[in-house]
Amino acid sequence: MSIPLTLRSAAEDLAAPLPPLLAEAEHLAATVLLGDHGRRRAGTGDTFWQYRPAQPGDSARSIDWRRSARSESNFVQDKEWQIAQSILLWVDDAASMQFTSTDNLQTKGYRARLLGLAVAVLLVRGGERVGLTGLRLPPKRGQQQLERMAVILSEDSDRDYGAPEAQGMLPHSRALFISDFLGDITPTRDALLRAADRGVRGAILQILDPQEEAFPFDGRTIFQSMTGAVEHETLKAGDLKARYLDRLAARKAELSDLARLTGWQFHTHHTHTAANAALLWVYGALERQT
Amino acid sequence: MLSFGPLAFLSPWLLLGLLALPILWLLLRAVPPAPIRRRFPGVALLLGLQDEESQTDRTPWWLLLLRMLAVAAVILGFAGPVLNPQTQTDGDGPLLIVADGTWADARDWPARVDRIAVMLDEATRQGRPAAVTTLTDLPPDGITFQPADVVAQSLPNLTPKAWEPQTEELGTFVAAFDTNFDTRWLSDGLARESRADLLNALQSRGAVTVYQTPRQTVGIRPARFVDGEIALSATRTPVGQAADIPVSAVGLDPAGAERQLATATFRFESGEAVAETALALPPELRNRITRFELPGVRSAAAVTLTDDALKRREVALISGLGDQEGLDLLDPLFYLREALEPTADLIDGSIEDILLANPDVIILADVATLGGSDSEAVLSWVEKGGMLLRFAGPRLAASETGRIEQDPLLPVRLRAGGRSVGGAMSWGEPKALAPFDVDSPFAGLDIPDDVTVNAQVMAQPDPTLAERVIAQLADGTPLVTRQLTGEGQVVLVHVTANAEWSSLPLSGLFVQMLERLAVSTSTATPSVEDLAGTTWLPREVMTANGRLEDGSTLPGVAGEAIAEGAIGPELQPGLYTGEDRQIAVNVMQLDSTLGPAVWPGNVAIEGMAVTRETPLKGWLLSLAIGLLLIDVIATLALGGRLRGPRADAVAAVMLGLLLIAQPAFAQTEDDFAINATSEVVLAHVITGDTPTDEVALAGLTGLSQTLFRRTSIEPAAPLGVDIETDELAFFPFLYWPITTAQPLPSREAYAKLNRYLRGGGMILFDTRDADTARFGSSSPEGQHLRAIARSLDVPALEPIPEDHVLTRTFYLLNQFPGRYNSRDVWVESAPPDAIQLEGVPFRNLNDGVTPVVIGGNDWARAWAVDDFGQRMFPVGRGQSGERQREIAFRFGVNLIMHVLTGNYKSDQVHVPALLDRLGQ
Repeated sequence: MSIPLTLRSAAEDLAAPLPPLLAEAEHLAATVLLGDHGRRRAGTGDTFWQYRPAQPGDSARSIDWRRSARSESNFVQDKEWQIAQSILLWVDDAASMQFTSTDNLQTKGYRARLLGLAVAVLLVRGGERVGLTGLRLPPKRGQQQLERMAVILSEDSDRDYGAPEAQGMLPHSRALFISDFLGDITPTRDALLRAADRGVRGAILQILDPQEEAFPFDGRTIFQSMTGAVEHETLKAGDLKARYLDRLAARKAELSDLARLTGWQFHTHHTHTAANAALLWVYGALERQT
Repeated sequence: MLSFGPLAFLSPWLLLGLLALPILWLLLRAVPPAPIRRRFPGVALLLGLQDEESQTDRTPWWLLLLRMLAVAAVILGFAGPVLNPQTQTDGDGPLLIVADGTWADARDWPARVDRIAVMLDEATRQGRPAAVTTLTDLPPDGITFQPADVVAQSLPNLTPKAWEPQTEELGTFVAAFDTNFDTRWLSDGLARESRADLLNALQSRGAVTVYQTPRQTVGIRPARFVDGEIALSATRTPVGQAADIPVSAVGLDPAGAERQLATATFRFESGEAVAETALALPPELRNRITRFELPGVRSAAAVTLTDDALKRREVALISGLGDQEGLDLLDPLFYLREALEPTADLIDGSIEDILLANPDVIILADVATLGGSDSEAVLSWVEKGGMLLRFAGPRLAASETGRIEQDPLLPVRLRAGGRSVGGAMSWGEPKALAPFDVDSPFAGLDIPDDVTVNAQVMAQPDPTLAERVIAQLADGTPLVTRQLTGEGQVVLVHVTANAEWSSLPLSGLFVQMLERLAVSTSTATPSVEDLAGTTWLPREVMTANGRLEDGSTLPGVAGEAIAEGAIGPELQPGLYTGEDRQIAVNVMQLDSTLGPAVWPGNVAIEGMAVTRETPLKGWLLSLAIGLLLIDVIATLALGGRLRGPRADAVAAVMLGLLLIAQPAFAQTEDDFAINATSEVVLAHVITGDTPTDEVALAGLTGLSQTLFRRTSIEPAAPLGVDIETDELAFFPFLYWPITTAQPLPSREAYAKLNRYLRGGGMILFDTRDADTARFGSSSPEGQHLRAIARSLDVPALEPIPEDHVLTRTFYLLNQFPGRYNSRDVWVESAPPDAIQLEGVPFRNLNDGVTPVVIGGNDWARAWAVDDFGQRMFPVGRGQSGERQREIAFRFGVNLIMHVLTGNYKSDQVHVPALLDRLGQ
């Protein structure tokens, strides 16, 4: 008897963060009004696209009689082509994402999951299929997909730095990578290049804590990564500031170049700024026709 | 103890710890600050970066210096540094501390005791045995030296006395010395003969240090009666600049309370040791005076008691011969006047007028009969204690008065005609006086040979005659007879008051006899002979402070001692009563002078001022802690801990540690005035009792809110007012909850409050005790209110009458509850001439606002609301309680309306009349 009970309580513990995360994500998504989401060409769909003269082959049912009555010829009402797209998300779950400089700020990981899920909510609402890279969650639509995604996103990894998974990306689909991109850049570059090879476009969102931007340290300090695996000792942290900032800028520039090369979008978001701005940017970046 | 100038160390060995400082320097220098471990994901970007500078693994020199200073401060602090150490005298033998302990010490006795305490502290520290004594209260069996801390416990017993050191006692004291000792002598600064011997004796035993502060001592000499005025003189030492010193005459007022009856000023001219002044007072006032004193001077010499010598009897003189043309020398009253004028106040006039003045003595010179009503009035006056002194004369001899039966106004029956002896038409020699009997009031007076009697009225022989005779002639015929009547007495002198019948009025015996009869009083100091063999009981004795204490527990004093006037433990200054008179014994005699004490050159004289030791330990340790705090901040700054994620917490802790100063009450006067005047503001008096003040403020807040909601008065948030410092004129209304703990306002505050009340302000006094006490009963708050209101300009009060304007300024009310519902609410009473007109429900009352409303209903609690607008205190029970609260609010509204609109509602009764006049 005890096993199902413990299992259930463990499951509930696990699921406990999900509803708030999902709810918050939906709340965040609600701040974005769904705009024009059509393909801008005639096809199957619900919204009006254009009237065109009836041609042979058009069934009589398709003739718009009201429009036709105003002129000599018959007209057919074309609907805008609406087609669902597959969008794949990768949200970094590494230990470095669990960093927050003060208790008042969300961790980078939480902000990343929140944004990812909010984008997913928006996309599902817009009729797209959403999934995760890797093979754990192929793109699907519907509320259930969101819940499954929330469960998977809640998992933490114990690696120090994450690397994007490029597997399971459908050709010509879209992708969103969210991470701090502080670790080794090579896996990221590989993943992006592979994605670009398969015609996948998308956006890279770098999430940083304000302290990582400011480097407000001084004195004799031993810096450790979140798992403690990587250490660096300095006697005068203040001296490192300029060089650290240089390296950070170089990293950003590298990511930006990479994005330009592959036709992706790149943006840096800080956890002390509002999440909506990042969400809007992500949404716009994924909508962009390029 | 190690000392450097004014600085000394109690444990100097600890200073060796300073040697450890250089080692500490090296140690500290070798230890770099500990690194901080920080989680930082950006570390991946840092890998491979090298430090450019590497010297920060050593502590910077200034931080080291800071720490060194802190450690040095700790070491110095524990070494016990003392500023101004009391180590001026060395010596390790016993220490004798001597204070003069006379009345001249009384003025600054506490300072002397402090000084002695300091000396004893020092003796304790040095381990010297000590003894303390005053020269006026010497230990009877010589001095015993005890440990100084034990002696210090007996210091409170040390009191000055009102007399000077007794030479004989000093002699025995000196004779009992058996060891060598050092002496500290706290002198009172006055010259004294006994000093030199004592000083020699003390110097023979060890070093003597004298402590003396130069200051002026003033003594007032006994008052005398000179030429109708009270002559006062005072003497001072040292003689200095011109000075005015007030003196006041103190006595009982008609109500029996002691008060200042008159004042004068001694004007000491520059360089003069003696000042004199005179007081001319009406006899009624003068006879009340019990003492003269220099106000504000606590010294027995600043007080001089008065006795009967200053009192003057009022003597009424009535002569049988009306306004008669004749020689003064033949006037029957001439000799009486001459005899009495220096010592008594004489009254002339008719019997009715005289009796109104209630004289002590009425002298009837050759008056045979008084009018019927007059004689009754005189008789009743005698029975109440008056003394009627009659002199015979031709009229009395010729009248029928007291022939058949005794006249109540004559002590004996008289035989017709009298007799004359030794004249031209008679036989025999003029008669001389017989010696006075022992039990006669004249006993002991010498009879001059030349006093003879030529004529006299004769007393009818009678069984009671013998006991009534108090003086007789050589042949045994009565010369003076006396009868006691009620509390008074009637005395008849069987000769005339002039020299017609006898030569008695010409002699000094006449004056002495009048004195003995207490017709007049003696001005002279009683001589030794006068007082010989008498015993006097001390009624009141004077302390060294000049205060009078009951002396009835002390033994009686022989008259000789009083006559000598040598004041000492046996004859303490004070008021002594004998059989029929009082004698005042004063510290200062008429010829007393004061002089400054002169010490020989080999005696060290020091001031009385104490430079207190200031232990510096606390200061140094505080300095060390301060330095260490700075060190903490500096270390944190160096280590980068002042920045980073927890910097704010660190800063908060630092602030908490460093913020010692209280936040000042930074409200400036202008802000206060603007706050108070830009809107109507209700205010309460800050009592100093925090809960009471909070409730008062909450109550006024509730009342302000109610006013805001219900009326056109829209008050701003109420304020607390400190009556000592804040301006009251801004507030139309003050609520004053009475707490017993509140101190009485200062004089300035009273002036302000009275100005406020006169200027139309209102104070609501709330004793808050109507549940337990009725108004006027003596609850502690009620008593305190009385104490506070005693100096306030509060008019006559009455309970709020039914038709008071407070009952109808906004709501119609007939009760004024707060949290309690007592009807005892008092306001200024209506003028007595207020009348109620026909057809008008209210009396035509006065203008203006009652300046005070006094009650105990605890209104503030009924009004009080908290920050959320909730009632803070329950009132009564249930619905009726809420009703009572509502009435309480209505009372508040009415009260503020009354304050702000005055008698507007009262004036409304005139509206019909006004309309009528306007012809509406």
